[in-house]
Amino acid sequence: MTTTARVFFVGGVISYRALFNWINPGTYVTTMLGSPLFQILFFTYLGRYAGSQDDSFFIVGNAMQVAAMSGIYGMTMGIANERQYGTLQPLLGTPANRLAIFSGRALPFILNGIFVSAFGFGIAWLFLDFSPAAGSIPSLVVAVLVTTCSCVALGMLIGSIGLRARDVFFGANLVYFLMLLVCGVNIANDELPGWLGAIGRCLPLTHGIEAGREIVAGTPLSDVSGLLVTEALIGLAYATAAYALFRVFEAEGRRRASLETY
Amino acid sequence: MSVRLFWIGWLFHLKGLTNSLFFVLVSVLQPIIFASIAFFMVESGNQSGTLLYVALGAGLMGVWSATLFGSGGAIQWQRWQGTLELLVGAPPPFVAVLLPLTVATATLGLYSILATLLWGRIFFGSSLDFAHPVQLAVALPTTILSLGMLGLLLASTFVLYRHANAFSNLLEYPVWLVTGLLVPLSLLPGWVGPISWVLAPTWGMRAIRDAAFGGNAWPEIALCAGLGVVYVVLGSIALRNFERLARDRATLSLT
Repeated sequence: MTTTARVFFVGGVISYRALFNWINPGTYVTTMLGSPLFQILFFTYLGRYAGSQDDSFFIVGNAMQVAAMSGIYGMTMGIANERQYGTLQPLLGTPANRLAIFSGRALPFILNGIFVSAFGFGIAWLFLDFSPAAGSIPSLVVAVLVTTCSCVALGMLIGSIGLRARDVFFGANLVYFLMLLVCGVNIANDELPGWLGAIGRCLPLTHGIEAGREIVAGTPLSDVSGLLVTEALIGLAYATAAYALFRVFEAEGRRRASLETY
Repeated sequence: MSVRLFWIGWLFHLKGLTNSLFFVLVSVLQPIIFASIAFFMVESGNQSGTLLYVALGAGLMGVWSATLFGSGGAIQWQRWQGTLELLVGAPPPFVAVLLPLTVATATLGLYSILATLLWGRIFFGSSLDFAHPVQLAVALPTTILSLGMLGLLLASTFVLYRHANAFSNLLEYPVWLVTGLLVPLSLLPGWVGPISWVLAPTWGMRAIRDAAFGGNAWPEIALCAGLGVVYVVLGSIALRNFERLARDRATLSLT
C-alpha cells in the first residue's frame, strides 16, 4: 500500500474510531439508529395527520435524510475536533498528503451514512408497510450512495469552517435541521416559497431525494440520472470548496500561529 | 431559605442557559424550523384551520427538547465543570439544589412557545385568539414546572448512564410522538396510550389546547401538576441513592 493510500484508508478509520464515542455500541445504537428510527416514524405519522402526501413520500425523504446525520455531524467532528482536542498541530506537522488526510476521513462516514439510511428503509418496511419493487432497490442504493456522498461533502465544508469558527456545532445543527425544511424531505420543493426552494436546490439531498422518490415509484435509473448527476456535482462543488478552505485555513493558521486559537 | 434557594438557583441557571448558543438553537430556532415544516404540511394537506394547534404543539416540542438536553445531562455537566462536589457538599439537600436547574431548563422552553406563536402569526397568519386566557395563564406555568420536575427525574436517572447525551438524542422524537404534541394520539397504535398517560407533556399539551380552543383545562392542569409531584418524589429517591453510592465508592467527581 502506498503512503498516500495508507493515510487515506488507515488515517480515515483511526480518525473515525478516535474522534467518536460511538465505539461504544450502546451509544452508536441510540444516536445513529434510534434517533433516525423515531424521526422516520414521527414525520410519517405527522404526514398522515396533515394529509399532504402518502407515507412513501415521508419514508423516502427521511430515510435518505438521516444519512446526513453521519455526513454532517460526523464530518464536522472528524475535521473540527482535531482543533478542539489539540491534535491539529501534530497532524498538520506531518508531511502526509493533505488531500489523502482530508478525503480519507470521508470514507467511514459515507459507509456509515449508507448503513443508517438502509436501516431507515428497513424500519419503514418493518413498521410502515413500505415495500418498493425488488427491482428498484439497486437503483435506490445508487441514489442513496450519491446523496450520502454529497451530504458528507457539505459536512466537510462545515468541518473546514470549524478550523476557524468558534462554535461550529451550532452551524452543523442548524444546517441539519434546515435541511429537513428546505431539501424536500417533508415538503415538496415546489410547495415551498420560491426563495426557500431555491436554497434547497443549492444544497445536497434535494435532487437525491427527488430521484429516490421517482425510483421507488418505478422510474428506471436511466430516467433519473440527470437528478443524480446534479446531486453529485453539487457534492463535488461543496467538497472542492471544503478542501480549498481547509488549505486556506491551514496556511493562515501557520502564518498567524493561530491553528488552535479560539 | 428554600424559596430563596430556588429563586436564586433558577435565575442563575436560566441566565447561564440563555448565554448558550446550543440552547438558543434548541429553544428558539429548532422549534421555529419544526413549526414551519408542520405549517407547510398542514397547509399542503388543506388543514389550515389547525395552525394554532401546530404552533402550540411545536412550542411545547421546544420545551421538551430544552428540558431533555438541559436536565438529562445536568449532573454530568456539573461533574465536568468540577462543581458537583460543592453542590453535594452544600448544607441544603441535593434535590433542592438541582430542582431549580431542571426547572430553569424547562423555563427556557417558554421562548419556544412564544417563538412558534409569533412565527405562526407573522408568517402563516395563524390566529392568536385564546378561548380561556386565564386557564392558559395557569396551564402554561404548570406545564413548565411539571416538565422541570420531570427533568429532575431525568437528571437523577441519566447519571447512571455514562453517555447520557446520546440517550437524550434518542428520547427527543419518541416523546414528541407519544405525547401527542403534533400528531393526535388517535392516529397512533393503542398501546401508546398508557405510555402517554405517565408523561406530563401529554396533560400539559391537552390543558394548553383546551384553554386555547375552548375546553375545560382544569382536570388536565391538575393531572399535570400531580405528575410533577410524583416525579419530584421519584427523583428525590433516585438522587439519594446516587449520592449514597457516589460517597461510598468515592466516584462523585469521576467522569
